[in-house]
Amino acid sequence: MSAHSCSLLYPVEDDHEYTMSDYEDLQPRWCPGCGDLSVLTAAQRLLAAEQLKPEETVFVSGIGCSSRFPHYVNSYGFHGLHGRALPVATGIKLNRPDLHVFVVMGDGDCTSIGAAHWLHATRYNVDMVALMMDNNIYGLTKKQTSPTTPMGYKSNTQPLGSYLPALNPIEATLGVSNASFVAQTAEWMPAHLYATLQAAYQHKGFAFVRILQRCPVFTGDLYKDAVRNPDMIEMLEHPDGVEVPELHQIYDNVNRHDPRNIEAARELAEKVDRIRVGVFFRDESRPRYEETRHLPLHTTDEKIGILNQELDKYAV
Amino acid sequence: MTTNSPVTDTATEERRTADGVEVIRDHQHTVEIVSDSGEGAQKCGQIFGAMSAKMGNGVWTVEIIPAEIQPPARSPAGASGIRIRFGTDEITNWGNRTNVCVAFNEQVLRARHVLDALEEDAILLVENMWKDHRDEDIRAEWVTAMDELSDSGYRIIEVPMEEQCLTVVDNPRKGKNMFALGLLCWIFDRDMDLARDQIAHAFRTKSEEVYETNVKLLDLGYSWADENLDFRVDVPTHRAAEDMVVMNGNQALAFGAVAAGMELAAMYPITPATSVSHQLGEMFHSFGGIVHQAEDEIAAAGVSIGASYSGKVAFTITSGPGLALKTEFLGLAIMTEIPLVVIDVQRGGPSTGLPTKVEQSDLIAAIFGQPGDAPHVVMAPATIAGCFHSMITARRIAETFRTVVIVLTDANLATGVQPFPRPSLDPAWMGSRPDMSPVPEGKRPYEWDPKTGLSQRFIPGQPGGMHTLTGLAHDEESRIAYASAVNQRASAMRSRKLAVLQSTLRPPKVNGPDSGDLLVVGWGSTKGAIEEAVENMRAEGLAVSSLQIRFLSPLEPGLKEIFQRFRKVMTVEINYSDDPGDPFITDENRRRGQLAWLLRANTLVDVDCWTRVLGEPLRPGVIEDVIRAHMPKGGAA
Repeated sequence: MSAHSCSLLYPVEDDHEYTMSDYEDLQPRWCPGCGDLSVLTAAQRLLAAEQLKPEETVFVSGIGCSSRFPHYVNSYGFHGLHGRALPVATGIKLNRPDLHVFVVMGDGDCTSIGAAHWLHATRYNVDMVALMMDNNIYGLTKKQTSPTTPMGYKSNTQPLGSYLPALNPIEATLGVSNASFVAQTAEWMPAHLYATLQAAYQHKGFAFVRILQRCPVFTGDLYKDAVRNPDMIEMLEHPDGVEVPELHQIYDNVNRHDPRNIEAARELAEKVDRIRVGVFFRDESRPRYEETRHLPLHTTDEKIGILNQELDKYAV
Repeated sequence: MTTNSPVTDTATEERRTADGVEVIRDHQHTVEIVSDSGEGAQKCGQIFGAMSAKMGNGVWTVEIIPAEIQPPARSPAGASGIRIRFGTDEITNWGNRTNVCVAFNEQVLRARHVLDALEEDAILLVENMWKDHRDEDIRAEWVTAMDELSDSGYRIIEVPMEEQCLTVVDNPRKGKNMFALGLLCWIFDRDMDLARDQIAHAFRTKSEEVYETNVKLLDLGYSWADENLDFRVDVPTHRAAEDMVVMNGNQALAFGAVAAGMELAAMYPITPATSVSHQLGEMFHSFGGIVHQAEDEIAAAGVSIGASYSGKVAFTITSGPGLALKTEFLGLAIMTEIPLVVIDVQRGGPSTGLPTKVEQSDLIAAIFGQPGDAPHVVMAPATIAGCFHSMITARRIAETFRTVVIVLTDANLATGVQPFPRPSLDPAWMGSRPDMSPVPEGKRPYEWDPKTGLSQRFIPGQPGGMHTLTGLAHDEESRIAYASAVNQRASAMRSRKLAVLQSTLRPPKVNGPDSGDLLVVGWGSTKGAIEEAVENMRAEGLAVSSLQIRFLSPLEPGLKEIFQRFRKVMTVEINYSDDPGDPFITDENRRRGQLAWLLRANTLVDVDCWTRVLGEPLRPGVIEDVIRAHMPKGGAA
């Protein structure tokens, strides 16, 4: 997505300097300490940094705690159905490639009920940012197991603990043909979160970002050790991905991973010894569906001319 | 060649020409071509139908399609084919039985006999290669079937199709259809230049060599008929005063969508709806639109809603099972007032049902399918022309009323080919580009006019219009409604729009006198058959009229008043209902036809019904029997 593209449909004056507060809307109603809050702040900071016009920006979400997100951003918002944010966003971009589209999903939204769309949106590679806010649990419906819930972790639907190995969304996304940007970051690392969102926005194509986050009510304990012990984190750094040098003081496991290397990316995604954050894979040369499908539009008169020619073929 | 007794039908006159060829003159005739799947019977019939229309005959075609792509060969259940009914005047339905049938094997022919699809004196032209087949079982099957057919009054003519076609092609399976077309062209004295033009159109994506071969086969069939047949049929043509076009209902829907200015269709393959997208796929390439084949039915709804939300009205194309999957998204579009057009080409149901066969069983689901109160528009074109024009109306209503419009057609319209007056394209049909001017300060995204429920929608890109649309109950500002009164009011506003739309509709026109003993009410593709039956019954002196309902939600105005002018009202539909007199069935527990259900609820008139789910269009003759049986007893009104 380009930072200052003008709407083709309406000329706008460009003299207004947007600040973070220009992107604020309703007061968030998330629980105190919810990871969603830091994602919201990072997103608003990004919008201001990129000077995106609120009227040309659309946040599309599904259903779940994180999907309240659009209500808290001053832009166009589409708070739709559980699991179905990606098809709506795809429709918006197919019709209006000029809009900046951000998709906000939870782990249940994206990897469970909407899993088919996740796979196919990755393959369509439509230019948009997809944020998968992964707190490893269903929060809004009050603590049910999600596909990313760690095996053995107790919930209201699986009180003896989750029966299945957790789904690895990074590994899965990397397995999809035509994936073009796959990254992971964590809500408790705001500088890294921001840098990753920015890289995702600046990437031309479908930028999938899994954001690890704590649900203070239901999964507050899940990343407790990781938050306290920086040694559990490994930062994937590269000029073509993200680099956050100011964090090196805290996190000294830095892996100079080249995001062009899909094999290395898959290997890293598979490992469970540490939590890896950064851009696993990025390739801007992958075809983008909305560009592949783009055809020049015609005026009404031209259309009537063409339609009449078509009708001639069926004339009696 | 076996020749049975000559054709004797009161509707036909015949004469014998000098060269001994009998000429049967008829004002309308019905032809079928039946084969195993994959032998091209439909292509042959489509060409024959289109050229007959172009010559100035009224035409209606119906495809006979097995559910599988390649069912077992020579099996009655696998019969694949097409019926073409054509006449001097307009033809509005597939008629009763077939007069001339070309069959590529005796088993598929027998299938048509068993289904009572053949006229008692039908002329049957059947491939005779099976008679001397090296497989003993096949030879035996031939004998049994031909004995059975010979016992009826048919005139059976054996045709050495395989033997003839082998002189042109190595694999006659891929050529008999054009040979058959040649036969029919000779029998019905069709314009051979036109036949060649239509072949060129049908094979436009294939090589010149393919065209040449097909024309050779056509000529071969024609000359074989000339040398061997002793009858021809003359169905006089007369050119319509106005320009006409000829296409099937799915093609007409595609043309209508483009003429309505729609630029994005999202779909997932489903029979019998998919061919709308085939047509669009070809056409959109020159127009600049997109047919998006989504990953599933749900995504197809989502993509079209996303596109509509961000600009011009988009549409999605589906059939019953797909409509079920789209239900939640349709509820969202209705709740958030995003305009959307949905085409449902109905097939038999429930579940996978009868994928290739006609049924009108989605009506109630189309209107009431969404959980919660979800008022929206449902309309049903009745003709091929109606398929075209309904798309223009649907787009306009969707946009004006910020709602979902479901256009219900069915498998009968989908593949039915009929000529209709060439639409004179109007730029106004395409609508204007969305208004992207800044939203005045203080204007709200759901600023419902309390009288009409209408409001202006804001489109992304419009400065000052930022809001978050939500499927949660919401107020005028699109804020989540936490107060219960807000939901009551918002529900009222969405519902009121339907009443406003209804107030703009005219009461439907009764076919025949607007009072009498019996009113037959139908909807959708049954129009032609119902009207033909009603007219025949009136000619016999019965006081019967008919009415075809185009708007099902909201229902057209004035129905109760019309119904009260008849002693009895009944619907005729292609969906299931209990018959009175069936075990356990009482007047209270009887499950009625879907339109009957609606009409009873809305008018409090005791509307009766007669419905069948035989997987085929209704025959006028059957409806005539129904009318006779349902005429109210006692004196005239």
